[in-house]
Amino acid sequence: MIKIQSLVHQYHNVPPLQFPDWEIKDREQWLLLGSSGSGKSTLLNIIAGLLKPKGGEVILDGTSVYGLSLRAMDQFRGQKIGIIFQRPHFIKSLNIYDNIAVASSFAGLPVDGKRILMLLDSLGLAGKAKSYAEELSQGQLQRASIARALINRPSVLIADEPTSSLDDENAENVITLLTTQAASSEASLIVATHDKRVRNRLSKEYLL
Amino acid sequence: MNILKLSTRNLSRNKLTTFLNIILVAFGVGILSILFLASTQIGNKLESNSKDIDLVVGAKGSPLQLILSSIYHIDFPTGNIPAKDAQDMMQNPMVKRAVPLALGDNYQGYRIVGTDSSFTGLYGLKLSQGKFWSKDLDATIGSTVALESKLKVGDKFFGAHGLSNSSDEHRQHAYMVTGILAPQGNVTDNLILTNIGSVYKMHEANPAEHEQHHSDEAKEINNREITSLLIQYRSPMSVVVFPRMVNQSTNMQAASPAMESARLFSLIGVGIETLKWFAILIMAISALSVFISLFNSMKEKKYDLAIMRCLGASKLKIFLLVMLEGLLITVTGAIIGLVIGHVALSLIGHFQESSQARLTGIFFVSDELYLIASGLAIGVIASIIPAIQTYRVDIANTLSKDK
Repeated sequence: MIKIQSLVHQYHNVPPLQFPDWEIKDREQWLLLGSSGSGKSTLLNIIAGLLKPKGGEVILDGTSVYGLSLRAMDQFRGQKIGIIFQRPHFIKSLNIYDNIAVASSFAGLPVDGKRILMLLDSLGLAGKAKSYAEELSQGQLQRASIARALINRPSVLIADEPTSSLDDENAENVITLLTTQAASSEASLIVATHDKRVRNRLSKEYLL
Repeated sequence: MNILKLSTRNLSRNKLTTFLNIILVAFGVGILSILFLASTQIGNKLESNSKDIDLVVGAKGSPLQLILSSIYHIDFPTGNIPAKDAQDMMQNPMVKRAVPLALGDNYQGYRIVGTDSSFTGLYGLKLSQGKFWSKDLDATIGSTVALESKLKVGDKFFGAHGLSNSSDEHRQHAYMVTGILAPQGNVTDNLILTNIGSVYKMHEANPAEHEQHHSDEAKEINNREITSLLIQYRSPMSVVVFPRMVNQSTNMQAASPAMESARLFSLIGVGIETLKWFAILIMAISALSVFISLFNSMKEKKYDLAIMRCLGASKLKIFLLVMLEGLLITVTGAIIGLVIGHVALSLIGHFQESSQARLTGIFFVSDELYLIASGLAIGVIASIIPAIQTYRVDIANTLSKDK
């Protein structure tokens, strides 16, 4: 369960962004909507523990994220939060399998090879475990990044514009996989988007 | 998946840059290790060969040449001295031990040294097989000579005239090997020892004429010439008086091994010093090169590092990851450099002409540990700035931006 309370953030020389309070229950799937510049990415980064807000609190499974030490927060993020970016980033010197395995070891968890292969298989990437990021298409990479986000069985899956760089077919594919995989991994899901193809797939909406 | 594996993967992605950096470090360390190894070995050799010899008396000429020819068996002798004068010198009360040497012949490049039994006492020689020479044409050979020439006890061989390998053999007399020395770790490993009478015999027109002299070695020496005398003093006080006495009151010259070795070392010291600074310069350039490549790759790697942070890697871990890349390059370079140093020295030793001063690569000095440490230091210096940079990377900012 995630709660945000009286969250405020301010960048240099611009008016502060105020975020309405929000409560996401376990296994709920939410859309985060808003025009560009409204602070969608900022809010996602704050929830993900990547950007310290000027004020307010983020509580994930009873833990106040920004009350943790920096080191503990890194570990906490690795274990509890799965993040999918607009453009999938992978470590270039590692193949897809190792990129996912590294997510487990960085989070301080044992590497579960069977689960990696199972996830890749369920995302239609069964033969790609030994491939490198540059050998895969954008759609394949985005699916691989879902596998990476899910590997540690996080409590919440956060996706920032996951479909914006994909064509219709891949976008459809990715959003289906996101919702089904989040459900089967028992994770809450937050998708920030202004993509119409996604909007009608999730019922709950949080508007900025 | 630990950070060691990650950093090796990162390095193997930029094979050429990694290779260049490793080679640079390896060259610097290689040159330094050759210098360390060679100068230590030369120093040890100079010392162990002249350990118990206080003075060399020989014909007038270059004192360094006299030392080189009589102790290290490298250069040519300065000439001969009358055996009678040498005999007088040996009887001097200040002299504890005097070893006469008669040089002039060789076998396959190994010098044949005519001397008496005091030589074995001076060098503390031990036999591994057979016995010491006792009569004319008996020869006791050094361990290296035995190993390389395949001579065994009881074998016969012909000496050749001159001090380097030549075909001008003394066909009329053959030496017989009576014994083989145990390895001594000094110049005697490369010598063939015999009595002075044998050397005379080789060089006389009619061998039969001198048969009667056999029995009395001393008498024989009296009428002849020898090359030089190795002298041990009875008391250290003689250091001042004795050489002056020889140089002023006789036709011979006295040379002190300690002084001449020091002079020799000061001559080659300049070259060693120059090479040393050259190697240190190469090491500095390698540090700069490692720094620049890490620094440049930081731009490209910023995404990778941000991703790792995002996946739960702590700042310290990322810091160590970058440090480890630098250290892997320089430590690998340092180790390869040491291997290069030892292999190069083995090769130099292999192709060296004078077997007396042969260098070997199978030799280690504690200074080499400093070279590994300097590899570590260069790695730290080169990677500390890029590694500290990782602390400043704003993950959220880096990842939200499009590439």
